[in-house]
Amino acid sequence: MSGTYLGMPAFPKAAHEAVGNQTLRGNLRHATHTIRGKRAKAVSEVSDWAELREAGKRIKDHTLRHLDRYLVQLEESVTAAGGTVHWAADADEANRIVTELVKETGESEVVKVKSMATQEIGLNEALEAEGIRAYETDLAELIVQLGKDRPSHILVPAIHRNRGEIRDIFEREMSEWGRPAPEGLTDTPAELAEAARLHLREKFLRAKVGVSGANFMVAETGTLVVVESEGNGRMCLTLPETLISVVGIEKIVPTWRDLEVFLQTLPRSSTAERMNPYTSMWTGTTDSETADGPRTFHLVLLDNGRTDTLADEVGRQALRCIRCSACLNVCPVYERAGGHAYGSVYPGPIGAILSPQLRGTGSEIDASLPYASSLCGACYEVCPVAIDIPEVLVHLRERVVEGGPVTREGNKVVLKPAKGHAAERAAMRAARWAFSHPGALRTGQRLASRTRRLHPRTLPGPGSAWSGTRDLPAVPAEPFRDWWQRTQGGKGGAK
Amino acid sequence: MRVALFLTCVNDTLYPDTGRAVVKLLTRLGVEVDFPMAQTCCGQAHYNTGYRHEAEPLARHFSDVFGDYEAIVTPSGSCGAMVRELYPRMGERARAEGRGDALAATLAPVVPKTYELTEFLVDVLGVTDVGAYYPHTVTYHPTCHGLRGLGLGERPQRLLQAVKGLELVELPGADECCGFGGTFALKNADVSAAMGADKVRNAESTGADVLCAADNSCLMHIGGTMTRLRTGMRPVHIAEILASTEEEPAV
Repeated sequence: MSGTYLGMPAFPKAAHEAVGNQTLRGNLRHATHTIRGKRAKAVSEVSDWAELREAGKRIKDHTLRHLDRYLVQLEESVTAAGGTVHWAADADEANRIVTELVKETGESEVVKVKSMATQEIGLNEALEAEGIRAYETDLAELIVQLGKDRPSHILVPAIHRNRGEIRDIFEREMSEWGRPAPEGLTDTPAELAEAARLHLREKFLRAKVGVSGANFMVAETGTLVVVESEGNGRMCLTLPETLISVVGIEKIVPTWRDLEVFLQTLPRSSTAERMNPYTSMWTGTTDSETADGPRTFHLVLLDNGRTDTLADEVGRQALRCIRCSACLNVCPVYERAGGHAYGSVYPGPIGAILSPQLRGTGSEIDASLPYASSLCGACYEVCPVAIDIPEVLVHLRERVVEGGPVTREGNKVVLKPAKGHAAERAAMRAARWAFSHPGALRTGQRLASRTRRLHPRTLPGPGSAWSGTRDLPAVPAEPFRDWWQRTQGGKGGAK
Repeated sequence: MRVALFLTCVNDTLYPDTGRAVVKLLTRLGVEVDFPMAQTCCGQAHYNTGYRHEAEPLARHFSDVFGDYEAIVTPSGSCGAMVRELYPRMGERARAEGRGDALAATLAPVVPKTYELTEFLVDVLGVTDVGAYYPHTVTYHPTCHGLRGLGLGERPQRLLQAVKGLELVELPGADECCGFGGTFALKNADVSAAMGADKVRNAESTGADVLCAADNSCLMHIGGTMTRLRTGMRPVHIAEILASTEEEPAV
């Protein structure tokens, strides 16, 4: 994924700052709780939600099982419609392809629709290095780009910013990138939106090249679909002469009809809307002078760890994700830690299972992500394609501490257990031994009871993380099993 | 009816009062309770931290100890969910790894017979009024594994509403995790503590004097936060409330 995220500290360390930042926590809490409530209402209106969820899960699983076949079909359909398909095994290859394509047009700037895939590969930075400027046109992405920031949420990248902060960013940065912010800009939503609209309009009208992602690709027709709320995406898809779409290979659906399911579940899960405001679909190129749409169309199909993920029986369900971000909005950990702590463009529960699969568990941040959850299950409950996120988290924890077989770049390899878990592993083994020997457990309990007055109420070492903010319970004078043996459950003597 | 009490290692070691309350309550309702002395731990902490291969012997041990009983009752939604939800999964994984059906076959008998306490009372015994008396204002925190793992639904609240003298008040943000999460509380201490503090503040806003739940590990985390934040509220396991009577009131 993007080089921007290399060298991130482990999740607990990255979360530490966010937890202490009251403004950030307030912004996140307000936003996630608002959208959480709205989503629940929008979902409750649909009487067959459970069936839709099951249908979405099955369509995705079927597609993933026959991914090779559908990708070939898609390539044929796109080519027949006048487009060109490129295959990119990893981020570097995808960036190289897009950079070359832009250079061929002779242009030095592009307008972009909000796209997770291009963020994942760090496309903007790669273009910049070749002297090409990429303008983000999604309002939230614009805020992130102008603020020299990183997105904090899949759907609402600037969720961590409040209106006052956005006003300051516009006033300070817009002139660097084009039309400056209007004089005397206030922090009212209407004024902020108008400032963004004026700033972006000149870019839309000037741009010759657009870069997009896609929410779905239909194999049978070669149609790409972008689902967005502001209309900026539609401008990027229809105005420029050349359109380059970078899309993860898992975004495919077999037929046009399959969209029916996702165009119901995606807007309700993501923005709590019954129907999406702008759903743009394009198939290949247009050759008429008057018609909307690109004259040249390139589709870059991105793997970047996806087929490796597909090889994992438990973990592959993460590829069902339709990027609705409902799991972020209900996650109590995301709410306190914020998106940046996840060290990836995919934060929250889905990020915690996607990033360590796409990138592997080698880095400090990736090895810590499977533990960035209390396994409360709220994410699984809201997921519109029924990804059992807690199941995958535990599966990945196992990979971190026990190692095991994985597929990396198409090859089967056996991972060793990650470093830094030796003490924990020893403790787990010791506990398992004691629990396999009831006599030993009992001896331990008795010892704890007998020495109870000596127990500290705060702990040293790793335990201090607990007793720094919470009081420990007192050890009772007698464990239950001793009471039971003495009294036979109250029948045999003193209670 | 004769049932086995699966008390859980946490309750056995740290919360024996909860065990005594379950015995008292079930005996009062005419159930004969046995406590198999060889029981230890269901293996949840191992499994959820990623040590599945350490958890498997514990799951097998659980099945050896409890397999012959008609029903297994536990005052823990979390450990109940481990047996019901995750034991079958352990069996499936062993099969998928080419280790055959042995583990699945060993674990299968205990899965449908394991009940969380409130589930056992409502579904098996068919009671909601257990004849309890508890003159306190109580707010109920539905712990995650009970709520989502086992699908306990409104069973605990229905039992509490039938308790004489008890006033049940709604907890804001009830279905949000308290932040315990087993080893999560140690590995992500800052986030865990922030979640706990928010849970306690929500509980405090109800004006209740007791926060009740069906899991002592969550209550340990919430209770430890309560005393640190000096709220004056107390954490109490639901078994202790349901066992309390006018003749023998719980403190």
